[in-house]
Amino acid sequence: MKRPATRVKIVPTILLLLGALYSIAPVIWLVFASTKGPGELFTTFSGFPSFNGGFMENVRTLNEFGDGRFWTWTLNSLIYAGGGALLTVVISAACGYAMAKYRFRGQKLILGSLLAGVLVPGITLSIPQYLLLSSAGLVGTYWSVILPSVISPYSIYLCQVYASASIPDEMLEAGRVDGAGEFRMLWSIGLPVMMPGLVTVFLLQFIGIWNNFLLPYIMLADDDRFPLTVGLYSLLNRGASQPALYTLVITGALLSIIPIFALFLFLQRYWKLDLIAGGVKG
Amino acid sequence: MTTVSTRRRRLRGPGAAPYLMAAPAVLLFIAFFLVPIGYAIWLSLHAMRVRGRGFGVRTEVFVGLENYLSAITDSAMYEALVRMLAYGVIMVPVTMGLALSFALMLDVPKVGLKSFSRLSIFLPYAVPGVIASVLWGFTYLPAVSPINRVATELGVPAPDFFGDVSIYFSIANIAIWGSVGFNMVVLYTALRAMPAEVYEAAKIDGASEWQIAWKIKIPLLAPALIMTSVFSLIGMLQVFSEPNTVKSMTNSITPDWVPLMRIYQQGFIENDIYLSAATSVLLALITVLLSVAALAVFRFRARRSS
Repeated sequence: MKRPATRVKIVPTILLLLGALYSIAPVIWLVFASTKGPGELFTTFSGFPSFNGGFMENVRTLNEFGDGRFWTWTLNSLIYAGGGALLTVVISAACGYAMAKYRFRGQKLILGSLLAGVLVPGITLSIPQYLLLSSAGLVGTYWSVILPSVISPYSIYLCQVYASASIPDEMLEAGRVDGAGEFRMLWSIGLPVMMPGLVTVFLLQFIGIWNNFLLPYIMLADDDRFPLTVGLYSLLNRGASQPALYTLVITGALLSIIPIFALFLFLQRYWKLDLIAGGVKG
Repeated sequence: MTTVSTRRRRLRGPGAAPYLMAAPAVLLFIAFFLVPIGYAIWLSLHAMRVRGRGFGVRTEVFVGLENYLSAITDSAMYEALVRMLAYGVIMVPVTMGLALSFALMLDVPKVGLKSFSRLSIFLPYAVPGVIASVLWGFTYLPAVSPINRVATELGVPAPDFFGDVSIYFSIANIAIWGSVGFNMVVLYTALRAMPAEVYEAAKIDGASEWQIAWKIKIPLLAPALIMTSVFSLIGMLQVFSEPNTVKSMTNSITPDWVPLMRIYQQGFIENDIYLSAATSVLLALITVLLSVAALAVFRFRARRSS
């Protein structure tokens, strides 16, 4: 079946490249626009970069803005997304493993409720969550954003699918014969085998929390606790009356997507996206 | 003897272990799903009323379905729903259509620059809705827009992205841009998982790539298409950050432009958390009904194909 010359199919290739162009053009525009100093943004063509040192000046202004507030927001985003995703993975892995590898009373009820939870719009929960956390005195703290993000029915579901597909029962039987405790087996057999799936759950959850807007927007009032999304949003809102801030918003937006793109590109070969699609077949 | 008996005990049940493993998730689920849902329902049946004459004390009283009545007769909410549907009519089919086309094209043998295109189209998924709105918002903003600038240079009238009709396309475009890639990857992975023999047989029968896509791949993709469509529909019902962000750049977007913005307005600006809770419960009900209906279709198809 080997053919000497493989001719590339032209039409699908071109259409895919158009899709790629549509997807990256706004990012390229962002790169160009961030090279514009405050005076240049409204006067020069933003589809072409400026080379007057505008970018460095913008970064410097952003740096100095509100005593480095931008970096506080970046750090907060990392805390919310990193901490939240890590806790999600631990909690979902244990629960998914238990669902996949044991039969116990109440299991169907738990699984059914969790699956129904996937259907409940998370955002609709935000207002009652706000009121409840407010009566617990937690509103405005890091916990008010992390805790509601940690419980993710979808992550638990993915962990369950992955655990039942990848951990053979014989391995657990062998472990039991050797006298290992149930938690010991979760730790030394279950988790290592589930690792590729857990990386996927972590990444999905990291990006989900990093991109979340409504929850922190509702929970937080203090500038110092804002993640990047809410911080840049507040900056954009002020820009309506102070157009000079627009340059900061643009530069901030660019700097804020660099780390997530880097993470994305770096970790892309560890993604098990067939896991997401695998959930469809169930 | 002892090993046999312990083994039998283990096989009968691992005791408390699975409960302990599931406990953190279950507790958090109760605390952040069930209790808020219950609280929202409780709130939706209550209201703040002044008791007594003059400067009476404001207390929470049970009002039955009164809030629900206000919620469904709220004309601002009705308009918000209509706007959301107009947005959804553009966003959902275009997202699904593009995602499906790109997934099918990636699956065509001998396509060039495959991994580059796949990665590029997936990349916007990593951009938060707010940042995507900032990005696109500036390209819509007449004073900054590169598109307007090019139009002016060419002597053609500049497009108005914030017009009465165009605003729906502008907002939908932001969501489409952010979600095509994710859906494409899900569909493409589902395609990859299909047995190659099916295509081989069709090829021997002389089917073209186009016929294979239309007659074999798309029907096989039905479950994945239904799932991704449900996610898109849920996304439509929850649309918030795109219009809310673009709002600061134009007057075409009111503070109650879509249902969630209206709920936010009711709860946090008009300070009527009771009405806001009733509206939230209604929106949640619509979402659940929609998902259940879609899942029923999904089950039906799955049973028919098996």
